[in-house]
Amino acid sequence: MSRAEAGATGVADATRASSSPSDQHSPTAPHAPEGPRPMYRLTDVVKTYTQKKKTVTALAGVTLEIPAGQMVAIQGPTGGGKSTLLQMLGALDRPTSGTVLLGEKDLSRAGDHALAAARGREIGFVFQGFNLIPTLTAAENVETAFADGSVPRDERRRRAAAALESVGLAERADHLPAELSGGQQQRVAIARALVKEPTVLLADEPTGSLDEATRDEIMDLLEGVWRERGLTLVIVTHDSAVAKRAERRLHLKGGQVTEI
Amino acid sequence: MFFTYLRRELGNRRKQTVVIAIGMALAIALVIIVNGVAAGVRNAQSSVLESVYGVGTDVTITQTAEPGTDGGGPGQQFSFGSGDGSTEDGSTEVSQNTLSAARGTATFDASTLATVEGVDGVSAATATLSLQNSSFSGTLPDFSQGSSGGAGTAPGSGTGTDTGTAQQAPPTGGADGAGGSSFDVDQFAVEGIDVTADAVGPLTSVTLADGRTFTADDAGKDVVVLDQAYATSADLTTGDTLTIGGTDFTVIGVVASTSSDAATASDTYVPLDTAQTVSGLTGQISSVYVTAASASEVDSLKSDLEAALPDATVSTQSDLASSVSGSLSTASGLVSNLGTWLSVIVLIAASAIAVLFTVSGVGRRTREFGTLKAIGWSNARITRQVAGESLVQGLIGGVVGVAVGLLGIVVVNAIAPTLSASAATSSGPGAGGPGGMPGGAATAAAGSAVEGGAAAGTGGGFGQQMAQATTDIALHVPVTLSIILVAVGLAVLGGLLAGAIGGWRASRLRPAEALRSVA
Repeated sequence: MSRAEAGATGVADATRASSSPSDQHSPTAPHAPEGPRPMYRLTDVVKTYTQKKKTVTALAGVTLEIPAGQMVAIQGPTGGGKSTLLQMLGALDRPTSGTVLLGEKDLSRAGDHALAAARGREIGFVFQGFNLIPTLTAAENVETAFADGSVPRDERRRRAAAALESVGLAERADHLPAELSGGQQQRVAIARALVKEPTVLLADEPTGSLDEATRDEIMDLLEGVWRERGLTLVIVTHDSAVAKRAERRLHLKGGQVTEI
Repeated sequence: MFFTYLRRELGNRRKQTVVIAIGMALAIALVIIVNGVAAGVRNAQSSVLESVYGVGTDVTITQTAEPGTDGGGPGQQFSFGSGDGSTEDGSTEVSQNTLSAARGTATFDASTLATVEGVDGVSAATATLSLQNSSFSGTLPDFSQGSSGGAGTAPGSGTGTDTGTAQQAPPTGGADGAGGSSFDVDQFAVEGIDVTADAVGPLTSVTLADGRTFTADDAGKDVVVLDQAYATSADLTTGDTLTIGGTDFTVIGVVASTSSDAATASDTYVPLDTAQTVSGLTGQISSVYVTAASASEVDSLKSDLEAALPDATVSTQSDLASSVSGSLSTASGLVSNLGTWLSVIVLIAASAIAVLFTVSGVGRRTREFGTLKAIGWSNARITRQVAGESLVQGLIGGVVGVAVGLLGIVVVNAIAPTLSASAATSSGPGAGGPGGMPGGAATAAAGSAVEGGAAAGTGGGFGQQMAQATTDIALHVPVTLSIILVAVGLAVLGGLLAGAIGGWRASRLRPAEALRSVA
């Protein structure tokens, strides 16, 4: 399958997920619950790093609520704290001070084990560089998402195959990442993020390594699964075209967050 | 998932896997070969020792012979008076058979045995008397002709049987019929042993080849048991008669060493009391063989015995092992020093290579491990994955190493290098000397111009030392399951070490690295 064809499949998938792809710029998400239940609640989050004996403040007191089911885009200059904020949301790191609540769970005080468990069950990640394991096939890469080994093998395989099919790559299941195009690799990565049915999907520059046409396919796919599954989607991006698709846009500069 | 991932990673890094496996294989093969050869050498050593000292002997007690005294003297003497021998056809036949303490062996009072048995920790003890039977037989020319004829010493040209010309060409006769002489000097070792001792002593390590061994009824009788090698060389079997110290002994049995490669301690075995009587060493013994009550108390037993017997030399089996000399002991030294160090160094090097490769592999896979952490893999699972990879690399190396090592052992056994071992049977001054007479018949045949009228001359000093039992042993390297398991265990350990270090490095990576790394 050529890249163009893959793209076409992607568009088709996205079309299935959303009845009108051209209307996707609409900031209203039909499935986003309007209730008061926040997915994330960040209070006075400060994160400082020590780099070469210099203290760098990446987040300077961020207070933020993200309701469940919201699609949020985070923009801002390089070094503004976007990635650090995503790490806080993704339970990859703990803040220097302040609290990060994921649902009822306080990620700022959780141990390594609890953070890993939260990542394994509730959070799906999509990376700019796709970050697939080069030695594993597409299907096997998707299977790595079952992090704690509690899911039996047969079910893992079945769900991985289903996830690949949902991103339009069923027939590429046995291909290694190197045999796939960038867009296809990102689809595998999205399947990997979704296969464990997380409540949150975090994407770090998901289209940063893709050309424009592929970028739109991937965004259609992400937006489609967001609508379909009602999960909370946070996208860090430089690209305004990507950010415009979100319900809510945040700007992060100098460690401070502002709504756009 | 674990195995799929593991297999793919190792397959993808085949070159690295092969290098690590080769390193491990080399180390493991060396360990197996070195240990196998060491065990082979040890077996050879113990079979030499067993053949000399018997099975179950923990301690032997001897006494140092003082130079110049009987038994410790430099040589033996055969004295013939002018009337000795029988003269016939112009030749004089002389023969003499003496039994005396073996070279370098000091005898001491038999009461030592009772002293030894009185020491705590002695389970069994038996006394032996090591003797040497020397027989001298020869043909001399009829010296009386030469002196009566007064015709000088011109070499004769007649033959011994040509009696008609005997008067014209003196001296004639002798071994070559031309006035020459011929001597046979035959020496063999005689061990006087306690016929009731079956727990410890020289005859406990033998198998009966023919006839019977001693029973309690044999005490005091003129009966002899032969070593098979000696029986063959002397052409004797059960029922034959052997003259020892001028007394005729009946051969009642033939014994062989349990080790096919080694001879038994002595050429012949006779009852201790008979040996004492025939040799004139009444109440004397030369060694006491002791079995300790507990193998772990041999060293303390040694000091107790030394305290009880201040004049005696008390040797443990390990002391005796060091008395094994020859190429066997050279091999032993080589194997235990060079071989062990070499395998240790190679093992360390192989492990270091494995560690370095694993750590650099983890470094290159930072993003991979960060990603896996970001999607929820625990540190334990990542460590397990990395350790698993190293472990399998070690295992592959171990299996290949075992195969190469076994091949090496097969090659060594096919070549079967012969090692010669000399076990000093006595710590006396004569022992350890060069040129031991290997077990038996020394023949000195010499044409000698004997001065006329010197019929009553002295015999030569035959100073051959019988104090060493020299044995040639083909090195057989044993293969034991335990050494294979140890070798594979070492490979696994090396792999685990690499995996533990690599896994630790991987688990220390911050998951945020995955997000930082730009594709």
